[in-house]
Amino acid sequence: MAILFDDFKSWKAYCADNNLALYEPVLEYETTQKGHAHQDITDGLLRAWQVMKEAVQTGFTEDMKSRSGMIDNGGKKVKNSPITVLSPEFQMLVARALSAKEVNACMGRIVAAPTAGASGILPGVLVTLQELHQIDDTKMVECLLVAAGIALIIEQNASLAGAVGGCQAETGSAAAMGSGAIVYALGGNVTQVFNAVAITIQCMLGLVCDPVAGLVEVPCVVRNASAAAIAYSSAQIAISNVDSVIPVDECVSAMGEIGQSMESRYKETALGGLAATLTGNAIAKKVLIHDIEIIDEGETT
Amino acid sequence: MAERSSVFDMIGPVMIGPSSSHTAGVVRIGLVAHLLLNSAPEKCTVTFYNSFATTFEGHGSDRAILAGLMGMPTDDNRIKTALDVAKERGIAYQFKPVGNASTMHPNTIKIHATSGDRSIEVTGQSLGGGVICIVNVNGFTCNFSAGTDTLIIEADDVKGSIAFIADVLSADDCNIATMSCNRRGKADIACLVIEIDSPPRDITIQYLQHLTWVRSVNHLKSVR
Repeated sequence: MAILFDDFKSWKAYCADNNLALYEPVLEYETTQKGHAHQDITDGLLRAWQVMKEAVQTGFTEDMKSRSGMIDNGGKKVKNSPITVLSPEFQMLVARALSAKEVNACMGRIVAAPTAGASGILPGVLVTLQELHQIDDTKMVECLLVAAGIALIIEQNASLAGAVGGCQAETGSAAAMGSGAIVYALGGNVTQVFNAVAITIQCMLGLVCDPVAGLVEVPCVVRNASAAAIAYSSAQIAISNVDSVIPVDECVSAMGEIGQSMESRYKETALGGLAATLTGNAIAKKVLIHDIEIIDEGETT
Repeated sequence: MAERSSVFDMIGPVMIGPSSSHTAGVVRIGLVAHLLLNSAPEKCTVTFYNSFATTFEGHGSDRAILAGLMGMPTDDNRIKTALDVAKERGIAYQFKPVGNASTMHPNTIKIHATSGDRSIEVTGQSLGGGVICIVNVNGFTCNFSAGTDTLIIEADDVKGSIAFIADVLSADDCNIATMSCNRRGKADIACLVIEIDSPPRDITIQYLQHLTWVRSVNHLKSVR
């Protein structure tokens, strides 16, 4: 049977019928459908994991001031803040997600997981997970495969692109990937993993993509931190056997439906929301190029 | 229906931020120009059209295009400092923002680059997710992604040339994925763009280059 990720329901059934762990069908998909050798997949994911960890460190150690000036070393500030609002672990989770996402904003090396706009969420979630629970790299690779499986289904039935589905599609999907990975790593069963995904999506639904001046900075960076926090709250809820009530596949459909009906000014066009505020417009005026040559309509090359 | 994504589209690509269409895709367009020129340019003019015209600085597309022109891959940490690297190497570069090109894709870039007596012109679109489409090479319309090996062959417009070249590639065990052909005019120069699933041997390229009716053969390795 060709394994195609049509929905969460069939993923779960396939695991049950063949007595497989949740990550195994994803591995099988990549080997049979994409022709990648098992070892190459493991190596590729270990490399991605390494880049994620490096991104967190880079954000803490190098100067993270963006060209526009909107991003200014937020990850470091949170890490070094003398005031801990909840717990040191929470403080570090927020700091790491900010840190990795700031590396993206400042032209550093990141993993687009699933997109560059959401590239701080999995590093924040997974580095914290590994440190808190002493999870080895083999298990982390399994976590990344589970996260990839989640994203493959969301891409199929909704979208992962801010320009298509708004911010919920990017940061919402990344948070869902992270939440599922947490529950998987901590020994949750398939139902609990999928409940974590469903609850995360429920918490992220409706978020619009309204980047100031069209840059991947405000509010993208702080949303990466809040998405990482939501991944953890949803994982805690799901692993405690709280039901999502609305099944995960229906949550994904809802995300797709909301994305479709969202007006285009809320889809990465920088024409609505925060981008269209007084300050947002002033920043755009300052950082965008306005000395543009306008060509005659007839000319094409 | 589009082909389904890979695990490495979900956990990846590994790239330099901030945006797959403004950095990764732009580096790739620069890499195509680099491969066509066979070297980094001594001089280049880069035109950023439409949406790119206003945002290319803020997103670092100016650094990305130079990085590609100098042959850097999409995950190279030096992309951030590509403007400085280009200055150190003595590359004379110029950026031109042009709006209002309504017939062109919102994220279009045109590169004119020279090195020694070689000169090339490439126009590419950044389609999102780091995927690109090259739509013009040296004045010839084309349509390829550079995601697989590509041959760009300029030849005299003579009967049977396409069949001959296809036959040579087939003999070298190269499967043709896509093919497009355009010409300046009847019995003038024609340009054949062939995307192939596996690279041909060097001797095959040399053979094609030595045919009397072939003007030039460019083998672009896939840029990822």
